[in-house]
Amino acid sequence: MSNKVLVIFAHPSFETSRMNRALISVARECENVTVHDLYETYPNQFVDVACEQKLLNEHDVLVMQHPLQWYSCPPLMKSWLDNVLTTGWAYGPGGSALEGKYWVHAITSGGPEFMYQRGGYNNFSMAELLRPFEQTADFCSMHYLRPFLTHEVLRLEDEDIKQQAEQYRQWLLAITQGNLPPVVHTLHVPQADFKHAPPL
Amino acid sequence: MTEVHAPSLLLQSIVYLGAAVLAVPVSKRIGLGSVLGYLIAGIIIGPWGLGLISEVETVLHFSEFGVVMMLFLIGLELDIDDLLKMRVPIFGLGGLQVVITGLVVTFLGLVFHLDWKIALVAGMGVAMSSTAIAVQTLSERGELELPAGRSAFSVLLFQDLAVIPLMLLLALLAPDAKHAGMDWLAAGKALALIVAIVVGGNFALRPVLRYIANTGLREIFIAFALFLIMGVSVLVQSVGLSMALGAFLAGVLLADSEYRQELELDIEPFKGLLLGLFFIAVGMSVDLGLVLHQPLLVLGLALGLVMLKISVLYPLARLFKQGRLDALLFALTLSQVGEFAFVLYSAAEQQGVLSGAAANLLNAVVAISMLTTPLLMLAYTKWMKRKLNARSSASFDDFEKHRPVIVAGFGRVGQMLTRLLNAVDIPPTVIEFDPNQIEFVRQFGLKAYYGDITRPDVLEAAGISEARLLILAIDSPEDAIKTAQYVRKHYPQVRILARARNRTDAFEFMDLEIENVRETFFSSLQMGELALRALGYGAFQATRAVWRFRKHDESMLKESQPLHHDITKLVALTSRSRENLARLLKLETENTVRASVDLGWWDNEINNASQPATEKQDKES
Repeated sequence: MSNKVLVIFAHPSFETSRMNRALISVARECENVTVHDLYETYPNQFVDVACEQKLLNEHDVLVMQHPLQWYSCPPLMKSWLDNVLTTGWAYGPGGSALEGKYWVHAITSGGPEFMYQRGGYNNFSMAELLRPFEQTADFCSMHYLRPFLTHEVLRLEDEDIKQQAEQYRQWLLAITQGNLPPVVHTLHVPQADFKHAPPL
Repeated sequence: MTEVHAPSLLLQSIVYLGAAVLAVPVSKRIGLGSVLGYLIAGIIIGPWGLGLISEVETVLHFSEFGVVMMLFLIGLELDIDDLLKMRVPIFGLGGLQVVITGLVVTFLGLVFHLDWKIALVAGMGVAMSSTAIAVQTLSERGELELPAGRSAFSVLLFQDLAVIPLMLLLALLAPDAKHAGMDWLAAGKALALIVAIVVGGNFALRPVLRYIANTGLREIFIAFALFLIMGVSVLVQSVGLSMALGAFLAGVLLADSEYRQELELDIEPFKGLLLGLFFIAVGMSVDLGLVLHQPLLVLGLALGLVMLKISVLYPLARLFKQGRLDALLFALTLSQVGEFAFVLYSAAEQQGVLSGAAANLLNAVVAISMLTTPLLMLAYTKWMKRKLNARSSASFDDFEKHRPVIVAGFGRVGQMLTRLLNAVDIPPTVIEFDPNQIEFVRQFGLKAYYGDITRPDVLEAAGISEARLLILAIDSPEDAIKTAQYVRKHYPQVRILARARNRTDAFEFMDLEIENVRETFFSSLQMGELALRALGYGAFQATRAVWRFRKHDESMLKESQPLHHDITKLVALTSRSRENLARLLKLETENTVRASVDLGWWDNEINNASQPATEKQDKES
């Protein structure tokens, strides 16, 4: 079976990002992949909900491509989620538009991989940091897949960037051909609980 | 007699000024306009009224400089290109009007068994309209820039040109006419002088003006301006052209000079007073004795001529593709017989073409026809209001219902605002001063009321007392400011928004703390954004650059507001803030560029990993 892939791309200063430029230009070349650049389409931050929902209806896999900003996505992508995933359409009574579709991130970050783990420089693993997205996908009855990560973007040489972009191509093609990354659940990860936090 | 001469001049001045001060404000207050006020003042103090003044001829002659100055000022406002653009209405409309009116009157004269010479002279006189009355009335009503106003002005210009051949014709008609050859000489002289004025004005005038302006003595500059106008007028008159035409020519020559505004400001008060004096003189020349003696004849003739002129002018205007309302306004504006008729008839009397009694009668008729114009215009306004507002089943005094928003001005800005407000279901009350505009938008189902927003009664009728917001989208910043101040004083609860044409207007509004928007600001920014897009900026980058620019520009406007009267400081500030902006924009690009190559902060972070993480936006990844 083949999947139609929708890459929702958000980067507030795309022009300065070597890595994302490379990734996006590769994605644009792939068959059955639609690249949708949010900052290019909605520079004024007003998202056309009907238009976006139609796009989602036409695709099977949702790739969220963005740089990691403050351990999350850029603001316009958040705005997109808030506006497009409406009740009665994405969730709630009669909201089954996204049921069974796939949600996967393609994230670039400045820090190296070893910093994103429990007790590391950033204290949490990437999987834990992305939990809000995981839960959102789950709430919309979607399958949340293991993300495509690019670390240490500022240190990459041109050659590395090329290689990574090629990887991305293979990854996207695999998805279009029905060869999906594994589903992720972080529920089993032990968690800190605000209620039982030790007194200061 | 000699020793009381000076005091008598003083006394005369007191009489003129006093009469004007008493009559004009009253006339203006009851809506008759200033022209009628002056005319009535003239009638009252004239030889036929209280008889305070007797030298009507002298005063009339002297005060004609008011008309001359008015034309000089109008010339300043025009430039050669505008003038060339107007040549079709000037020669087409103007020429036809003069010829047709003249011939019709002549023919009527013949029907009444007048001597053909008298009929012809009377006809030529009647064909002329009064520049002073027409232009003054138009400008007072703010109609000079409307299509009707512009065509009226074109016709008046042509009439001033037509004076030359008419005076020649008069010389030919004179019983002792025998020098046809002389006329060619006169025409040649006239042409030579005009060429001399144009050439001299273009080359000599500016250096002289600069030299005089450099003395820094304002009164000398004013003296020179007056000298220039009077000098040119007298020169022009000496070769048999009209003084007004000469002054107009001088004005046009100076229209694009750097001293234009200075000249305008300096001449304006002289013009106003002299023009007032001129109207007073016209009022004085109404021979009340004659009117009372033969009221039917005089009034009948005057009204008949006015009607006749209207019935010639209106179809002509329609022929030249003007709308009905425009054509009517145009016809009414030019319906009086002009002051040139006085000159023509007295010349005709001297040359023996007209008898003294006939000249006297004609003069009275002319003066009375001038009296009718302001009244006709007033009637036009009243009728127009009724007509325009009747069709919308709401009379002017009875706006349908009072709405929370009033939009004044239904031009480009007002229409857009109204559409937006209608779209969000807050239909505003719209008031517009130009009837043609109202007619035009009415075809598309948009409704505006006819009215002058600067008038308190109009504001009241439009429901200002219950409104929450007044949007001033009118052209004239003066009117907008006047209205805003009035509304703020009497209806402090109403919020006001004004449309500013440019920075200068914006400063004016800001000085009075009136919220305003520069009308070209956002469209320019929008175009700037498209320009950046065209140069390869991404949509968001372009939007952001424009947004930063906008913030910068707005703060600069605020910053420079206290200085806006002081041009040198303003220039300094503007260039300084331009540097700031350049730095600002450069910094942003530098920041983003540097971040993609400079790993300094990151290396430091890794080396001093003990420091708390302050991961800044990873926006360069």
